[in-house]
Amino acid sequence: MNDMTPRTIFTPAPPRIIAERPAKVVAEGVNVHYGEKRAIHDLSISIPDKAVSAFIGPSGCGKSTFLRCINRMNDTIAGCRVTGRITVDGHDIHDRNLDVVQLRARVGMVFQKPNPFPKSIFENVAYGPRIHGLAKDKTDLERIVVESLKKAGLFEEVKDRMLQPGTGLSGGQQQRLCIARAIAVNPEIILMDEPCSALDPIATARIEELIHELKQNYCIVIVTHSMQQAARVSDLTAFFHLGNLIEVGDTDVMFTSPQDKKTQDYITGRFG
Amino acid sequence: MSNNALVKKRYAAERRFKAYGLAAIGVTTAFLLFLILDIAIKAMPTFFVHEATLTVNVDPALIDAANPVAGDYLGLTKKALAAQFPDVTSRGDRKALNGILSAGAADGLQQRVLADPSLIGKDVTVPVALNSGADLYLKGYATAQLSDRQKAWLDALLEKGVISKGFAWNFLLNGDSREPELAGIKGALIGSVLTIIVTLALALPLGVAAALYLEEFAPKNWLTDVIEININNLAAVPSIIFGLLGLAVFLNIFGVPRSTPLVGGLVLALLVLPTIIIASRAALKSVPPSIKEAALGVGASHQQAVFHHVLPLAIPGILTGTILGVARALGETAPLLMIGMIAFIVDVPKGFTDAATVLPVQVFLWSDLPEQAFQSRTAATIILLLLVLFAFNALAIYLRKRFERRW
Repeated sequence: MNDMTPRTIFTPAPPRIIAERPAKVVAEGVNVHYGEKRAIHDLSISIPDKAVSAFIGPSGCGKSTFLRCINRMNDTIAGCRVTGRITVDGHDIHDRNLDVVQLRARVGMVFQKPNPFPKSIFENVAYGPRIHGLAKDKTDLERIVVESLKKAGLFEEVKDRMLQPGTGLSGGQQQRLCIARAIAVNPEIILMDEPCSALDPIATARIEELIHELKQNYCIVIVTHSMQQAARVSDLTAFFHLGNLIEVGDTDVMFTSPQDKKTQDYITGRFG
Repeated sequence: MSNNALVKKRYAAERRFKAYGLAAIGVTTAFLLFLILDIAIKAMPTFFVHEATLTVNVDPALIDAANPVAGDYLGLTKKALAAQFPDVTSRGDRKALNGILSAGAADGLQQRVLADPSLIGKDVTVPVALNSGADLYLKGYATAQLSDRQKAWLDALLEKGVISKGFAWNFLLNGDSREPELAGIKGALIGSVLTIIVTLALALPLGVAAALYLEEFAPKNWLTDVIEININNLAAVPSIIFGLLGLAVFLNIFGVPRSTPLVGGLVLALLVLPTIIIASRAALKSVPPSIKEAALGVGASHQQAVFHHVLPLAIPGILTGTILGVARALGETAPLLMIGMIAFIVDVPKGFTDAATVLPVQVFLWSDLPEQAFQSRTAATIILLLLVLFAFNALAIYLRKRFERRW
């Protein structure tokens, strides 16, 4: 079938970052339909490990949809159909033998709007390890929670009020709490769906700093509307337009010499 | 300026709207006050009662110590009353004098003697119930039940200090009776409580489980659509239809004992089930989807996400809906008439399979009786029913506040 054949992406040379680091996520010929509407056309991309990949593009271009394919979050949407092949470490995520719950434990997600559980800060972070049985006992669980909060750069701010509700934190703190919650289950990949769109510039800078630290250990994929943010934090950038992946390449190359006219127009702010 | 006129008009419209709103609230409040005042005034006589305190000689000739149950306690009481009026001698007059006593005048005496047989042969001072006509007369109501002589005797007793006024514990502690002064609502109250327990025990788990499945797990197809439409239709079915259903299914097919809290509770559970399902679904739907996504995002299974996060957040809404549904069931009369809960039952029910009636049916039963005292008891029962309903609503508000979480 024509739909299934991988499409060559218009890039002068393969991205350097992919050559340097092993690909963590590989998508081949991915199509996503919402009912009759096709949201993603025949998408193929490789996402490097221990690096930050940014998806940019105008609203409704399918970047969030593709992001949600990677941890099969689209399964929960009625009428959404995903075809094609997506592999994580070479294993097909649509494999019948693969448990979607296990997949989501390996592929953490941070959402656009901070969505801590209406429970205590401790419980927010402890929830994941608890349901996956990651902690041997109570002290072990406490260790995991503290470590996750430290990695998310939130521990110093909340160490005296671990039992207070997570919803009482500021927006930026809530988002870092959500990142800590995602880290706590020991994922390999962290998906971030416009994590800073609801935050002020200072909180945004804090999160970007955090992303920079986290990429030492994780494969991070971030969807963003801010070109500056993509340029600041990412190693690889992919530009989406109307459900098509238009261009993908090393961030510094892409922002200085985009190959496609549409990419250039978008980056320079002529549309979108 | 036309612009200025426009602004003026806008403010005028706003003032007018506020006035309409105030008027609406005023009218409703007035109606409510009128209703409550009317009921309260009618109910007043029921809450207080006059009793004569007489010293009765427990005559061993009339009360056999070997078989005290068979004794003529009423005869003793009548004698004690006659002792107050030595000049009343003729047979007709004695009968008229005894007419101011209740048919249950000797109940207190009998209880005391049965509890302590050593009283036989001694003088015992006991409160003696008057009949409802005498009681009403003493409260200052016009009554056609008494003759002028009887009224004069009552006045004389009052003057002697034999008659005293007290809180009518009878009304709260007795079952139903043919005699208005003896009739109480304990039977109906216990019946209501037992019925509601059955209703809640059935409707709450069934309703919440159905709502959870339909809202969170069921595939969206024509079958679930049909089910959903039918649940909404069921909520609008007249309650008496559920009574007929209960009669046909529970009584005739399954042979559940009639007139019992068990069958009443079953029927009312059917009645409130759609309400609970609809309220629970609305509560589940109002939980932000981001919470569920967050749980799924850290690798919770669908069921874990629902049971750990969605359901706890929906509980205040579910409780509110349930309590409102139960409050409706508590005030329901029509379906219970169909399954025999309208029977005249003197005994206070002791279990789910004892014949019983419930508060609204008791109101219905008493409102039909001609005696003035029963009319007053009807009003008093309504007040009690309203108090129970207020208590339920207060509980609903308390639970909602208690479990509510903010974010």
